[in-house]
Amino acid sequence: MSNPRASDPCLTEDQAASNRSLGASSQAPRQLVVLSGKGGTGKTSVTASLAALAPSKVLADCDVDAPDLHLVMDPVPRLREPFFSGKEAYVLPKLCAACGVCAEYCRFNALYEVQGPRGQRSYQVDPIACEGCGFCLQVCPAEAIKLKEAERGEWFISDTRHGPLVHARLNVGGENSGKLVTLVREQALALAQENGANLVLVDGPPGIGCPAIASVTGADLVLLVTEPTVSAEHDLERAIQLVHSFSLPLAVCINKFDLNLDLAEQIRHLCRSRGIPVVGELCYDTAVTKAQIHGQSIVEHGGSVVAEQIRTMWEQIQQRLETLEKAKA
Amino acid sequence: MKIAVTASGPELTSPVDQRFGRARYVVFVDLPGRTLQAVENRGGVNAAQGAGVQTAQTVIDGKAEAVISGHCGPKAFRALAAAGIRVYLTPPGSVAEALDRFERGELNEASGADVDGHW
Amino acid sequence: MKIAIASGKGGTGKTTLAVNLAVALGRQRSAVEEEQTGGQDFTDSREAMDGKVAVGLLDCDVEEPNCHLYLKPQFAADQTVNVLIPQVDEEACTGCGLCARVCEFNALLALPAVPLLLPELCHACGVCAYVCPNKAISEVERPVGQVGAGTVEGLYFRFGALNVGEARATPVIRAVKDLSGAPALDTVILDAPPGVACPAVETMRGADYVLLVTEPTPFGLHDLELAVEATRELGLPFGVVINRAGVGDSRVSDFCRTQNIPVLLEIPDDRQIAEACSRGQVFSATNKQFAHKLCALVSRVQAEIGIATTSGGR
Repeated sequence: MSNPRASDPCLTEDQAASNRSLGASSQAPRQLVVLSGKGGTGKTSVTASLAALAPSKVLADCDVDAPDLHLVMDPVPRLREPFFSGKEAYVLPKLCAACGVCAEYCRFNALYEVQGPRGQRSYQVDPIACEGCGFCLQVCPAEAIKLKEAERGEWFISDTRHGPLVHARLNVGGENSGKLVTLVREQALALAQENGANLVLVDGPPGIGCPAIASVTGADLVLLVTEPTVSAEHDLERAIQLVHSFSLPLAVCINKFDLNLDLAEQIRHLCRSRGIPVVGELCYDTAVTKAQIHGQSIVEHGGSVVAEQIRTMWEQIQQRLETLEKAKA
Repeated sequence: MKIAVTASGPELTSPVDQRFGRARYVVFVDLPGRTLQAVENRGGVNAAQGAGVQTAQTVIDGKAEAVISGHCGPKAFRALAAAGIRVYLTPPGSVAEALDRFERGELNEASGADVDGHW
Repeated sequence: MKIAIASGKGGTGKTTLAVNLAVALGRQRSAVEEEQTGGQDFTDSREAMDGKVAVGLLDCDVEEPNCHLYLKPQFAADQTVNVLIPQVDEEACTGCGLCARVCEFNALLALPAVPLLLPELCHACGVCAYVCPNKAISEVERPVGQVGAGTVEGLYFRFGALNVGEARATPVIRAVKDLSGAPALDTVILDAPPGVACPAVETMRGADYVLLVTEPTPFGLHDLELAVEATRELGLPFGVVINRAGVGDSRVSDFCRTQNIPVLLEIPDDRQIAEACSRGQVFSATNKQFAHKLCALVSRVQAEIGIATTSGGR
């Protein structure tokens, strides 16, 4: 495949990268996405260990709301970019007559009156509540309101001992539409192709909303990390529904399986009945927290039982990826 | 006829941008002469959501009868279908190569979205 | 008094705390009633509980509601939540396309004839209807989720579910928080979704106090820092609950100390509690000691609100 950057000097680095990433390629890196449905089941801890075990990969932390993977990766950032999404209104106080018409029409309670140091009144936009619809701009009789691109977060490419890590952070109160997640994934895929890595390993976000959807579309395999509790099982069913609706191959890991053996069996049964392989069962082990405290993944932190179980699971996952690859060809 | 092609650059030699919604440019070409007008797709690139719709609007405003891209998501497809614009999907290559394939009848008309939407 | 229970991280025990806290509080109130009136009745009928229900629990995690798994209410979330979307009157429309140009969300596509609406992109802001020169746009309802309300376990309980595929949780969260049809309550507990994005912030808005639940690990600390940032931006008084205390190290406690953030409760890393929760059991319903601790927590919150009000917040 020709190098688009060489032929078109107009392209920005990330445009070229995205082009390469989205073009068809027989050597496309595989994408393994780790999800959970419910938060706190151990998704990031598992991903960190897989990152230590996989030989040639690029990491992507797609939990842009509360990213944690970097805490055990010791990243050295080498690129940092702001993330813009949607718009935000702002008032020019000198032009504002404090008539309050903007606040009357705003449906998101994003405008409120303030008083300046010399007692002058004007209105101000609450950036967390503002949805950037521009209604205030339309109705302001003094034309004192403008819209600007809203900076909603930032994203990074960092180097870690386990390869490059693409990660991001959404600002407080941001609308987690999936746009930033998509950006992180595209960057990671492009990097993997550039470096010749054969795996993109994605630490996915919790839930089943837009960010989770953005993290799984086009994945080669989705690993759902669950635990034997009623809430996790409930959310597991919803997560399975979501992944199946995109016709993606699934595998399950039961974390802390010995917390409730009955529920663990129920989960195994659920997976069997849906034809979903359980590729790993990890016991409840204090080694998990100890490793985290030392800034390491579980498999790097001594030979605990759970570390062995993760290694076994990784072998299962690799086999699964091979089988899926052969089925495609 | 006027045909629109999503591209990463403003020339006939520029690569086709495989993504419809986030394509950097929409290049309008008059066939068979191949006179060209490139429009920057700022709305699509910057949209938080509905990038495909925004790009479709650009294609509609440019009065193209058909559009060529690499992939087309569900909202983009709905928008283009509502305007009666035919969608053709092409493998990677330059705008000129895509037009060659189109004129040789090698491109199939899409009957629906071929990828899930980006969220 | 409205107490929101939030955390930067998922799985710290927000829902567990919210449910156990609400149930313990509800029983405490009822026990007081019992002393005064004699006889206790924990039926689920609204009539029986009217006037006796003083505590509310609102499950605002409309994407992944879990409170009902513990409470097992007899009622479902069967009231539809709607948002308004534009509807174009084809006769009056001239195809000028102005509505599509002003829409910041690409929800309207200008066509030679009537514009096309993509309802899933619409934010229901009302701008299109306002700008239409021919007043051809009216607003109609579109369902985005469900809410349910009733009494269970001595509580007034509201929960909601966002329809799969919907992008915006805010309208459903607002519907869950709408207490206009509720009995008079003296304490309301809100279970927030994890994280600090729009849905969590929407839940916390308007609360009198926020309890941030965390665990004493590096992930717990990092996500607590995010949650603290969000709560401070909202200008709400807050305190911390450390769940699974003892499982990690002291960094969370150290952080709270240096930041002057009160740690109002530490729940030990207790296998018994963990197993009860895994089964969907409300631990405070059977364990008096735990229930007592939780009621004491609420008293401390009341005291903290008093302090915050006089000192102008943190």
